[in-house]
Amino acid sequence: MAKKKPSLNIPDAPYRPGDEASFETWPWQPGDLEMPDPKKCSSEDTVPHAVGLVRVLGEDNKASGEWNPELDADELRQGLEHMVRLRIFDDRMMKMQRTGKLSFYMRSFGEECVAIAQTMALETQDWIFPTYRQPGAQFVRGRDMVSMICHCIGNVEDNIKGRQMPVHYSYRDGRFISVSSPVGTQFSQAVGVAMASQYKGLDEVTITWIGDGASAEGDYHYALNFASVYKAPVILNVVNNQWAISTHANFATGEGEFASRGLPYGLASIRVDGNDFLALYSVTKWARKRAAAGVGATHIEVLTYRAGAHSSSDDPSRYRPSDEHTKWPGGDPVERLRDHLIEIGEWSEERHTELEERIDKEVMSAYKEAVSHGDLATGPYPSSDTIFTEVYQEMPWHLEEQFNEMKEESDG
Amino acid sequence: MVNMNMIQSLNNALDIMLENDDEVIVFGEDIGYFGGVFRTTDGLQAKHGEHRVFDSPLSEGGILSAAFGMGLNGLRPVVEIQFADYIFPAYDQIVNELAKIRHRSGGEYWSPVTVRTPAGGGIRGGHHHSQSPESQFTHTPGLKVVYCSTPYNAKGLLISAVESNDPVIFFEPKRCYRGPFYGDPHNVPTWEGHPEAEVPEAHYTVPLGEARLAMEGDECTVISWGTMVHVCEQAIKDIGVSCDLIDLQTLVPWDREAVVKSIEKTGRCVIVHEAPKTSGFGAEMAASIQERCFYHLESPIERVTGWDTPFPHTTEWDYMPGPSRIAAAIHRTQVG
Ligand SMILES: Cc1ncc(C[n+]2csc(CCOP(=O)(O)OP(=O)(O)O)c2C)c(N)n1
Ligand SMILES: [Mg+2]
Repeated sequence: MAKKKPSLNIPDAPYRPGDEASFETWPWQPGDLEMPDPKKCSSEDTVPHAVGLVRVLGEDNKASGEWNPELDADELRQGLEHMVRLRIFDDRMMKMQRTGKLSFYMRSFGEECVAIAQTMALETQDWIFPTYRQPGAQFVRGRDMVSMICHCIGNVEDNIKGRQMPVHYSYRDGRFISVSSPVGTQFSQAVGVAMASQYKGLDEVTITWIGDGASAEGDYHYALNFASVYKAPVILNVVNNQWAISTHANFATGEGEFASRGLPYGLASIRVDGNDFLALYSVTKWARKRAAAGVGATHIEVLTYRAGAHSSSDDPSRYRPSDEHTKWPGGDPVERLRDHLIEIGEWSEERHTELEERIDKEVMSAYKEAVSHGDLATGPYPSSDTIFTEVYQEMPWHLEEQFNEMKEESDG
Repeated sequence: MVNMNMIQSLNNALDIMLENDDEVIVFGEDIGYFGGVFRTTDGLQAKHGEHRVFDSPLSEGGILSAAFGMGLNGLRPVVEIQFADYIFPAYDQIVNELAKIRHRSGGEYWSPVTVRTPAGGGIRGGHHHSQSPESQFTHTPGLKVVYCSTPYNAKGLLISAVESNDPVIFFEPKRCYRGPFYGDPHNVPTWEGHPEAEVPEAHYTVPLGEARLAMEGDECTVISWGTMVHVCEQAIKDIGVSCDLIDLQTLVPWDREAVVKSIEKTGRCVIVHEAPKTSGFGAEMAASIQERCFYHLESPIERVTGWDTPFPHTTEWDYMPGPSRIAAAIHRTQVG
């Protein structure tokens, strides 16, 4: 056989360092898409939503269209406050990491809206099955910031006892399920959580997220299949923030799209502007109604951009233009909600600055209190006993033996 | 000879294999344009082309099944699993497929895949960036299992692995990428000036199945692999007992002859690994050693291992075997 020229198709990112990023402006406008009845519509009825983009906030900072959730100003200000809180919190944690007070950190920069708008659209009994990119949900569920920082440090007050890396929160009181590092696993597990609620006949919905990158894992496909087969009350979000570390989203799709992948599974499928607080809130509310009515799951592509580095170990200037995030057509989620509130006369530059100053103080004082329980450089850390506890409900003999060995070793 | 750290020597091995053999193809998560999260494939895509060194979707099962198929059809894939902890989505493809294809097809088919993966603790990686799952593969017939420990053996072993027509799981001790680790987290030496970091630039191999005698002595045989080899070296120096330190390098098939010869001389043995004790590869070695060396043994075989618990984050130094635990075990073999 004649040897042909090598011809593997290797996708590339649209822009690499040195390129001028210039994304096409979106063809979709607020008001383009109707809102079908969540309790009645079929997955085919959502085809326009899967290939289009649900938006509410326009370039003029006004809200319009059927998807406008008509939130009152207090709710909008609440959402803004949580997003500002998350951003300032993240910046403080990153500084801690840089000064050796945390081993590692991951920010939600540029996608603060995702967990916050979506959690606000749920009921308090609903389950949250997050990745490391949705810690913001905890603010909505009322978690104490000091306890979050103590977890990140892994000090004596860490509720998970220094066992996992920073940002791997677990917060049972808020029905926020423990974050696991292996990407994707939560997505199909969430379907099981939802199936249990359904089995028990409870009015509970489960929400979960997966990254664009991680959607290439088998778990993503398990989730869509199981959710569709059992009509589980689950909200399945693919957070398409364009990047999986250095790998562009087009490696997960072969340059296709995410939202419409739910359609052949028979799932209602919607793409939404992930930096538009109102659109995201509204789509999530819609999916909750559908799930709670027993019609089944919704598959949502949350279109956004990972504005920061993947993590404190990452240097994105090696693989994308440093200013790429400033060119993102969806803009910045915090600024967009702020500008909308100003536009409707419910906010001002001054109030925003005041808010930032207040949150800054709140974060600083939480930080000071948290490090008073020990920081990574100096401790105190959780006792080494915590290595052995909760491996099993009760400690079997072989662990007890090793536990004693460790104790003798540290005494001797 | 050039002084290289382990990242550079692995990169150099891949570079040579890509140069020498058109059928070698390198892929994995973030390894193409970016050059890998640990920089091991840095520059290789630019040099050898996108169709030889490329990124993959974030899918370990996908990576292994694609590699399996490519290997079946005449290529020699070298894939990276970003962390050994993330190899498990590919476990079925490795254990049930890759390991068994030669046997199940009556020798008609095989797939010479090399799976490189950074493993082990000491980087504050918590549960899922620290595990050392070698025994989950040594227990699978059909796989060769390698664990390098120095820049020199990393390169020579990787070249042997790629040239092998059997599938190889190749563990890289990530704590030792940029320097050896002697068990003190505050002491961070580089490979600069280390004799095992003097690496020939040309092609060479360290044969699979052969152990390395890292230290020579006659009172005890200490056996280890990966990061723990260096921790053992420290322990031996600390306690001042004359020991053979055997760096196993290949776990399957392991160098039984070298081990037996040493224990016949010393009559005492300590096996050290950072993976948990139960069903760890140390258990296999201890069993084989007593079969072969029972009448030479002067004291019970000691095992120093990670505890039978998940790998912790903040308390990792209480988990990983350190020089003092190893020294205490060496001491016990002497009084026994
Ligand atoms: C199974 C598994 N493989 C690899 C990794 C290493 N890793 C951590 S995050 C990440 C990229 C994830 O990208 P994406 O899913 O898009 O989420 P994002 O970080 O953008 O939120 C990778 C490869 C992992 N944690 N788990
Ligand atoms: Mg992503």
